[in-house]
Amino acid sequence: MAVIRDMIPSFELLQPTSVDEAVDLLEQRDNTWVLAGGLDSMDWFKDRIKRPDSVVELSGIDALKGIRTSGDGLEIGAGTTLTEVANSAEVQSRFGLLAQAASEVATPQIRNQGTLGGNLIQDTRCWYYRGGWPCYRAGGNICYAGTSRSMNREHCVTGASRCVAVNGSDTAGALIALGAQMMVRNTSGERVFEAEDFFIGPAIDIQRMTVLQPGDLLTHVRIPGDYANARFYWEKVRDRKSWDWALVSVAASIVESNGTIERARIAVNGIAPHPVRLTDVENLITGMPANNDTADAAGSLATRGFRPLRHNDYKVPLARNLVRRAVRGDAA
Amino acid sequence: MSAVEIPFAEARSGPSRRTFIKGVIATGAAVSSSNYLFRTPGALSASTVVRSTLPRMLTLNVNGQTRSVDVLPQETLAMTLRYKLGLTGTKLGCDRAECGACTVMIDGVTHYACSVLTQTVRDRQVTTIEGLESADGTLHPVQQAVIAEGGFQCAFCAPGFIMSMVALVNENPDPTREEAAQALSGNLCRCGDYDKILNSAMRAAEFSRRMA
Ligand SMILES: Cc1cc2nc3c(=O)[nH]c(=O)nc-3n(C[C@H](O)[C@H](O)[C@H](O)COP(=O)(O)OP(=O)(O)OC[C@H]3O[C@@H](n4cnc5c(N)ncnc54)[C@H](O)[C@@H]3O)c2cc1C
Ligand code: FES
Ligand code: FES
Repeated sequence: MAVIRDMIPSFELLQPTSVDEAVDLLEQRDNTWVLAGGLDSMDWFKDRIKRPDSVVELSGIDALKGIRTSGDGLEIGAGTTLTEVANSAEVQSRFGLLAQAASEVATPQIRNQGTLGGNLIQDTRCWYYRGGWPCYRAGGNICYAGTSRSMNREHCVTGASRCVAVNGSDTAGALIALGAQMMVRNTSGERVFEAEDFFIGPAIDIQRMTVLQPGDLLTHVRIPGDYANARFYWEKVRDRKSWDWALVSVAASIVESNGTIERARIAVNGIAPHPVRLTDVENLITGMPANNDTADAAGSLATRGFRPLRHNDYKVPLARNLVRRAVRGDAA
Repeated sequence: MSAVEIPFAEARSGPSRRTFIKGVIATGAAVSSSNYLFRTPGALSASTVVRSTLPRMLTLNVNGQTRSVDVLPQETLAMTLRYKLGLTGTKLGCDRAECGACTVMIDGVTHYACSVLTQTVRDRQVTTIEGLESADGTLHPVQQAVIAEGGFQCAFCAPGFIMSMVALVNENPDPTREEAAQALSGNLCRCGDYDKILNSAMRAAEFSRRMA
């Protein structure tokens, strides 16, 4: 638990009411910070580790809120709260995977305020980094978590590149497994990213968790109808039943016909600096019967090449078993 | 349990820290919280550069009352409630969204007041533990249930838990014990008094049903 520190250092608080206004403000100013629910941001401010000059606060932008049908799918505003996502009848009835993942984030109060966008874009929880240690991700030249004497039980088993921190978002894996797209705006226009390309690892940029650059705003997430009402599997393993990020989570959408897997999307989070889409596993199981043998093969392939750190080798069998269960379709 | 006015809060737009403390001590309203102020040099009003163009005098709707208060851009709701409005029923445990002691309702939904910027609740209804009783002083059925069950030990966590219980009974007047536990899963009790707290929640639901 953190000590009660000072007040947050002063910043200019800007409260736009439209997306255009928000991206203009982000463009005009240096050292700005986008604030949605603020639950990831406030710790940084209170600990005085991140010190923006201006904060662009999004709660006044109605266009960022809400869930609506779009084509055969759904469009969810980045500013929609996790509670709204979890309780939405549309999300529950067709894309229950996302509702379930959102409902297991943190606590009721955090879900009431935390937004889908903020949940996706949240920074990593590596405590060396969060504690203000000058590691690679913070612009320094060392990883404090990767050494043989580090506390790295929660860190990654694959995909590391200097930094060994993991992505903590529960909704990220669900959206990858649903084949969602992220709509990003800045003053030059809109870009669209496939969910699995939205999250990046340290090999691409060690200081960012997503493709977003300064000036970018995530406006919507679009979920296509492709996997509506598929056989979904969500399981999040954590130390505490409340208030806790996943050690490892799995999200899967599987479409079967007559016991044969027709197509599948599977994502695992908590094992790498970004949520990992298991494309090889998806290819392997396509056309196979949804049985134990297929599940075992999927689990083994999923964890091939994992390189645990000193204190996290438990994540290898954990991830293997979660993928197995997802493919077999156990009751979570 | 009615709100204590701190005349200082509405009197000025740019108080120095010294006048703030004097104001607090003179009214005696927030003396119990002044140790927080001394522990935090440069707190609240000491910020010299306020670059925001926002109006600092805000009108907030708290517990059905309209309160004018001078608020910094970076100020959290817990700070405003406790140290500017004298509503010290809202506790600060962790100041990090990790304990639930600061739970309040904003437009009927529970939030951690330590993690809300006051400037974002301008046009919204804030309810704190002080605002639960009715005008004639009758306690809220949830408060009555807590008393009936002797729900807490030290009770530091009680205001936060009670706000979550109110949200629970509003949404689900007939919860199972498991549902009640879910609804209270964003509040921690350092004394570990969860069993009695859950008894209180179940009793609260019963009292609320009876009154409905
Ligand atoms: C105690 C605690 C426990 C938690 N447990 C879990 C958990 O179990 N599972 C889990 O998944 N998460 C967990 N979280 C993380 C939490 O879910 C997120 O912090 C929350 O959802 C963030 O949403 P927000 O709107 O409050 O984000 P903010 O803090 O407002 O934003 C987070 C980040 O995203 C950026 N951002 C937000 N919206 C946009 C946008 N539209 N465009 C561009 N950038 C944007 C911000 O600049 C910031 O960098 C926990 C957090 C806490 C404090
Ligand atoms: S003080 Fe706000 S959650 Fe602990
Ligand atoms: S009764 Fe003491 S913290 Fe809950």
